[in-house]
Amino acid sequence: MVESEFAQLKERFDYLSARQSADHSAVNCPADKLVEFFTVLRDDLGYDLLVDVTAVDWDAQSPRFTGIYHLLSTTKHEYLRIAADCENDIKPSLPSLCGVFAAANWHERETYDLMGIHYDGHPDLRRILMWDEYPYHPLRKDFPLAGIEVPLPADDVAEATGVAVLPAPMMGGPFVSSADGPMSQTEPSARDESWTEQEEKPTE
Amino acid sequence: MQNTNVAYDSKVEGEIIVTQADAVINWIRKHSVWPMPMGLACCAIELMAVGASRFDISRFGMEVMRFSPRQADCMIVSGTVTYKMAEVIRRIYEQMAEPKWVVAMGACASTGGMYRSYATLQGVDRIIPVDVYVSGCPPRPEALLDAMIKLQDKIGRERSVKNLTARNAKPTKEGSLALAGAGKES
Ligand code: SF4
Repeated sequence: MVESEFAQLKERFDYLSARQSADHSAVNCPADKLVEFFTVLRDDLGYDLLVDVTAVDWDAQSPRFTGIYHLLSTTKHEYLRIAADCENDIKPSLPSLCGVFAAANWHERETYDLMGIHYDGHPDLRRILMWDEYPYHPLRKDFPLAGIEVPLPADDVAEATGVAVLPAPMMGGPFVSSADGPMSQTEPSARDESWTEQEEKPTE
Repeated sequence: MQNTNVAYDSKVEGEIIVTQADAVINWIRKHSVWPMPMGLACCAIELMAVGASRFDISRFGMEVMRFSPRQADCMIVSGTVTYKMAEVIRRIYEQMAEPKWVVAMGACASTGGMYRSYATLQGVDRIIPVDVYVSGCPPRPEALLDAMIKLQDKIGRERSVKNLTARNAKPTKEGSLALAGAGKES
């Protein structure tokens, strides 16, 4: 979006504010104005394709959760990123956009599953990747990559095999690669390889 | 070979015949393995290549891929097993008729592979007994064929008659992992 278009938008919707972005144009929009704003974007401004719905967990900050939307205009060939902060840090919620873009349905289910953001007005807000009874939201910052022990979703299988959902052995990981340097030296490797699941991770 | 099954001895007289029965049964079994493709992720693509003409699994008598567990006797677990899918795999395995075998194809099915994460079962052998593990990510089709030949060797070494009579003699507890592997040599 060119500068003038943001100025136009801003004129029409005084609640918008510019958002810093390294690639596409981006705006901040208050959560309660999302549906109205998206309807106008779709109907009047040609942003007709909802590409992605996701969220960011800012960990210790408040507001902790920000919902992120990516729109594409298939006529102008422009992307637009819209961010909306969730007011509540404990039980974050955003209005559902299913009524504006049908594509939002599964995206919102995914974001609910992995980030725990409730989409008010969603017709069928169930988990989509993890099983229904799973108690956590794995992409939140306070969730360890290896996972947390919970029972297997199927009781009879758990009983017959004695298997539970266990934290995965990280074997010194998570594995990181440094961003610069020649490729021969940037193979992903563990920061600290001195521990496995048998040997405790040394505390610094 | 010590044959401890008296009831059987009295009928056929002599241990050597038991060995021959094993040999005949195993010979039949190992040349008509009916695999059930449990394709869960990228490894399944290589499994498809194994079934296609270039690698041609039918050279070993295994081309009858069945998508119904009731018609298959060898489950090829090819791909990443998530905890959500583990239940399904276990149920499908239980639906397969004895004798049955399992091949864990690729790093994911064998150990969880690179997916050290909250969502992935760290090896399908935690829920079903595995006969042959294939390394690789994904394994080359030759590697899977090699594994299937190894499975044939393994079937050839089974004491089928003994296993069969043992199974008939004491009904196994439904769904027990220890007994699900009872049809195999230890
Ligand atoms: S072992 Fe590799 S190729 Fe096979 S399913 Fe896992 S990631 Fe895919």
